[in-house]
Amino acid sequence: MSDQDAQTESRSRRSFFKRALATIIGGILAAFPFVSGIIVWFDPLRKKKKDAGMVRVASLSSLPDDGVPRKFKVISDKQDAWNTYPNVPVGAVYLRRTGAQEVEAFNVVCPHLGCAVDFQSKLQSYYCPCHNSTFAIDGKINDPNSPSPRDMDKLDVEIQNGEEVWIKFQNFRPGTKEPVPIS
Amino acid sequence: MIKDFLEWIDHRTGYRRIKDEVLFENIPGGARWRYVWGSTLTFCFFTQVVTGFFLWMSYSPSAQTAWESVYYIQYQMSGGWFLRGVHHYIAQIFPVLLVLHLMQVVIDGAYKAPREINFWIGIFLAHLILAMSLTGYLLPWDQKGYWATKVATNIAAIAPIIGPYLQRLIVGSAEYGHHTLTRFFALHAGVLPVTVGILLAGHIYVFRRHSLTYKKPTSKPDAAFWPDQILKDAVACMAVLITVLFFVLRHHGAELGAPADPSESYSAARPDWYFLFLFQALKLVPEIWGAFILPGLLITLVLLMPIAGRWELGHRFNIGLVASVLVAVVLLTYQALNNDWNDEKYFKAVAQAQVDAQRVKVLANSPNGIPPSGAVTLLRNDPFTQGSKLFAKNCASCHRFDGNDGTGKRITEKPTASDLNGFASRQWLKGFLDHEKIASEHYFGGTRFKEGKMAKWLKKKLPKYDDDQKEDLRKAVIALSAQAQLPYQRAEEAKDRKIIEEGRSLISDDIGCTDCHQFLLEDEEAIAPDLTGYGSRDWMIAIISDPSHDRFYGKKNDDMPAFGRDEKLTLREIEIIADWLRRDWYEAGSEEE
Repeated sequence: MSDQDAQTESRSRRSFFKRALATIIGGILAAFPFVSGIIVWFDPLRKKKKDAGMVRVASLSSLPDDGVPRKFKVISDKQDAWNTYPNVPVGAVYLRRTGAQEVEAFNVVCPHLGCAVDFQSKLQSYYCPCHNSTFAIDGKINDPNSPSPRDMDKLDVEIQNGEEVWIKFQNFRPGTKEPVPIS
Repeated sequence: MIKDFLEWIDHRTGYRRIKDEVLFENIPGGARWRYVWGSTLTFCFFTQVVTGFFLWMSYSPSAQTAWESVYYIQYQMSGGWFLRGVHHYIAQIFPVLLVLHLMQVVIDGAYKAPREINFWIGIFLAHLILAMSLTGYLLPWDQKGYWATKVATNIAAIAPIIGPYLQRLIVGSAEYGHHTLTRFFALHAGVLPVTVGILLAGHIYVFRRHSLTYKKPTSKPDAAFWPDQILKDAVACMAVLITVLFFVLRHHGAELGAPADPSESYSAARPDWYFLFLFQALKLVPEIWGAFILPGLLITLVLLMPIAGRWELGHRFNIGLVASVLVAVVLLTYQALNNDWNDEKYFKAVAQAQVDAQRVKVLANSPNGIPPSGAVTLLRNDPFTQGSKLFAKNCASCHRFDGNDGTGKRITEKPTASDLNGFASRQWLKGFLDHEKIASEHYFGGTRFKEGKMAKWLKKKLPKYDDDQKEDLRKAVIALSAQAQLPYQRAEEAKDRKIIEEGRSLISDDIGCTDCHQFLLEDEEAIAPDLTGYGSRDWMIAIISDPSHDRFYGKKNDDMPAFGRDEKLTLREIEIIADWLRRDWYEAGSEEE
């Protein structure tokens, strides 16, 4: 191997080293702002929704004895990013008396794709205007063609002091076979 | 496989030609460290654009949401403080790099023909970068940014003829508000960076057209941009980034002051440090000179540099010009900082601002959170923050608070009413019900009650008290103090429940307070202030509202105004004073509001 060859080789080795180093540093520099940003952007996946607990929605006497459902607003505190809104509507429920001290509660949100269902007294059933899901008065799917994957979402009910109707208000993920609470 | 794919792409796009053109530029005389400044600036701009876009995803420009969303980024979002910190400190390092770049260009003569236009583009870019800093400073909508930017836009109003119109166009309204933020944000995140991006592309393109300005004759062999110069550039950018990270980590991101409040002027508002020389210049010469004529002349001289640089003498003049401007900037900046360092008022305002900033974050983090009306209302409604100010303004001309006016300012004049620090506490009452202290300045010394029935009674009875009676009095003090339900005595009172019960009956029976005072039972013949609920929130609000009410001093009231009845203060202000005196405010970690 002549001197010149050795020199060329050492130069090309140095050049390779430079290329590698420049690529690595350049890559870190280019990725840096994206990584710092994407960590923040992924923040919503880490945030858990606060459990609302039990909410008082109605008085027992406001529910008719014949079991016809009535719609009530759910008033609770709402957290929207940095703001806390005290006592604002966070959703709505259908309440229906099933006994002297027994009440059934359904979230008005259609389990199909999240529109609000409407109780139609003529048909004695709930009807979703978006994609024609229908549910019987007890919230069960009552039409084989109904696109909803599950029955209406039932909420836990508690009667307090013999007169106050409290519910555990929750929203559920739309489109799933089983109800999955959104947390 | 990959080769084939790249071949396919190249055939359709010709990207290799562009890549080669970008990478394989000849560097006459070899790669040098002094060429890195343009690249570091480009890197900074790139990082600002990317981090800025991510900040944008969480930022909300309005007077009620700007500070709040920045607070949320900083304290509630994972890594938010870091992202904001990087954006902030790169903005801080930008001016330094701009100056280094300019110096290199001038010293190496890189501004001379045929590079005049590129020099002008560069000068324009520098101004756009500074405009981005200025607009960005306002966006967090904290006290510092708000008041400092207000000065800047007021300077615009001084401009002859168009000034007031110009100011209103910048501010978006007659007053600072939503549209100030939306306009500043559109400039900061839209107009300015897009313009900079386009001009920067042009700047680099024209630079490449004329190649580097190097020293002739070259002492080393030529090198290629890739990888020789790029490696040096990358190392320099890495050094910039490490410097930035040092500050980000040391300060845990960027500072966020208390939310902007137009009703609370902030006297320590300063522009960012690289604008301090302008700030100082404005103090030394009339505004029209400091803000328009001198900077205008200077910029004109700078723009003429490529013309002057055609002659060797002109080139030297240019170097001298840049050097002397830099010296002037350094001196003015030093003077501005030095003035502040020797200004006690400045430090006080800064310290107060830090207290407020700390406090608002505690409140924002409380269970009540930030109301829709914005975080500024948290401070406005906070007894801890407002109580001392209201006391100083409305009460301290007669009363004292631990000897001062409530805000810590000593008052040398003699008080004409009692010292209300710890009012109704055991400590306070123990001193009050002491025949040797009642007529002191701390209590009734400055009032007409100095010789009143209460003082006389104490002086007559107490010296004759035996040990049992003294113990009874101690219990009565504890019982009376318990009427106030002071938050800071809650733990003790829970323990002393029995003593309180005993003391309560002592007040009515053995000691005989009820000979003059009403206590727990309705008493129409009472001639002295009501002791039922003494020092409680309701009692305090009632006495501040109207001390000459029959329930309190009646016609015997000394000089205390009826703040509520005569509408000298709003009910909310009276509540705040009462809460503040009772030290009843939200503390981090306590369960209640």
